[in-house]
Amino acid sequence: MSNLLLFPIIIPLFFAAILMMFPKNIRMQRTIAAIGGALTVAASIYLAYTVYHDGIQAVTLGSWPAPFGISMVSDLLSALLVVTSSIITLFVIFYSFPSIGVKREQSFYYPAVLFLMVGVNGAFTTGDIFNLFVFVEVLLMASYALIVHGGEKPQLREAIKYIVINIFSSSLFVGTVAYLYSVTGTLNMADLAVKIPQIEETGILTVIAVLFLIVFGFKAAIFPLYFWLPSAYAAPPIPILALFGALLTKVGVYAIMRTYTLLFTMNIDYTHELLGIIAILTILAGSIGALAYFDVKKIIIYNIIIAVGVILFGVSQMNEAGIDGSIFYLVHDMLIKAALFFLIGIVTVLFGTSDLRKMGGLIKTRPGLGWTYLIAAFGLAGIPPLSGFPGKLLIVQGGFEGTQFWGSIVILASSLLVLLSVVRIFIYAFWGEPVETLPLAKRSYNQMFIPTVVLVAITVIFGVGAELFMPLISGAGEVLLNPTAYIDAVFKE
Amino acid sequence: MEILMSLLIGFLFAAAVYLMLSKSLIRVVLGTAVLSHAAHLLLLTMGGLGGTKPPVVADGVTVYDYADPLPQALILTAIVIAFAVTAFLLVVSYRAYQELGTDDMSLMKGNEDE
Repeated sequence: MSNLLLFPIIIPLFFAAILMMFPKNIRMQRTIAAIGGALTVAASIYLAYTVYHDGIQAVTLGSWPAPFGISMVSDLLSALLVVTSSIITLFVIFYSFPSIGVKREQSFYYPAVLFLMVGVNGAFTTGDIFNLFVFVEVLLMASYALIVHGGEKPQLREAIKYIVINIFSSSLFVGTVAYLYSVTGTLNMADLAVKIPQIEETGILTVIAVLFLIVFGFKAAIFPLYFWLPSAYAAPPIPILALFGALLTKVGVYAIMRTYTLLFTMNIDYTHELLGIIAILTILAGSIGALAYFDVKKIIIYNIIIAVGVILFGVSQMNEAGIDGSIFYLVHDMLIKAALFFLIGIVTVLFGTSDLRKMGGLIKTRPGLGWTYLIAAFGLAGIPPLSGFPGKLLIVQGGFEGTQFWGSIVILASSLLVLLSVVRIFIYAFWGEPVETLPLAKRSYNQMFIPTVVLVAITVIFGVGAELFMPLISGAGEVLLNPTAYIDAVFKE
Repeated sequence: MEILMSLLIGFLFAAAVYLMLSKSLIRVVLGTAVLSHAAHLLLLTMGGLGGTKPPVVADGVTVYDYADPLPQALILTAIVIAFAVTAFLLVVSYRAYQELGTDDMSLMKGNEDE
């Protein structure tokens, strides 16, 4: 079925539209949102299976020939990311049942989550640069609604900053698309990949490439442009934070990966070296933040920034090991960040605060939670055989094979700081003298804990069974390094 | 003509950045509106200002006379998106003014113990 790749976008859109009609009926909201999420996961897994067996899936909407209509393309990278983001959204929906609160559930919470899913899946699947802008706006609009949802004072304050920053970067996106259109005369990514190498004056294209790095860097929170992220992400409640932390910055990272492997390969010496240096600075900035705070949310939020740096360093090397490592680490990081935010959410609910210095001794009363957190923390730091290891190993290998071997050394050193920052949470919250915890009904504790454990289990399987997933990862990396397959798939339609 | 438009767009960008860096919230919102005007005019200009006829099929007009229809469609899309986002930002600003009791961005820092 040629329209298969549209299903992960259309299903949540359809269910979100249905959910708009009866906001007050919580049971129906929950049931239909869960069904919509589960169907999207099923459709995306079937899509990934099809892409793996039959090659890249491409469809040009309305049957117009390729560069004229809007192309939707699903290669292995997009399919993998769509699967990951759908799974995370489904778990966020489950985790929201006990934790988000009745008032929020009655004011269009689940439709907003599903619209966010539409935007994310669309941004991963589109093959048209302006269509990418539109899908990014869809997910941003949903994220504006979610970040201010509930209307508490910190949320209102941070929402204004978040919206203003994103309006600025979106206007910059429109301007950059305008420049690219005036140079090449096309907006289809495959057609751009054909036309850009034919242009002899690479100066202007380098400028456009750097402008795109700035635009997507705002979304992905790279070094000088990450300043909005820590306070904005600390404002909304935990399920929303998990959704943002796992998905939103990764769309920016994916867009940088796509444009810097498919389109802007004409001046690699300059653009990719710049990307590598910025990635290293991002890792350093994130490490400093992760160690500086006693706030559990802030610690994990700064770990998002570190991971963005690690992934982009792998991309900047443009060799097989670096790209494969980035893809593996990207998927791992989306899963593990969602799992960590879920765990942090339970801890903050139990203690009623996110300040580490007011916590202690949780291992005595909740041993299961403690050991799950420790596994997730080791997974984040990249201790073998957990899921952070294979990706980081390949990225470090890519750095040593490439031009920036010192970057690999920084990544190895940063792993220690990441481990220190998350183990600090373990020591403060789980060891030491027990501090009085707030009462939490066994039923809602289990409702929060079970999705968390399942998600951590998925990351463990992803790490231990890395050999199983490697054909998918290296298949995705191959398309990034040889865009010919991508271009052929779009134009054969 | 393109040079004149570029100068105008540059002026709009400068004005928008100046407004967005000011303290008052409403000036920041106005700055975002000016910024999206600048971006839309940039799309129009970068598409080329060559065609003399509107892109509507009509008698006696050859394909070489038409203005490029693609940037116009892109601008139309970008305008409604900017419109929706601006409306949302205005309402959030109004709510923030009600709740926080200030429109001074330098006072919207917040503290740890809220």
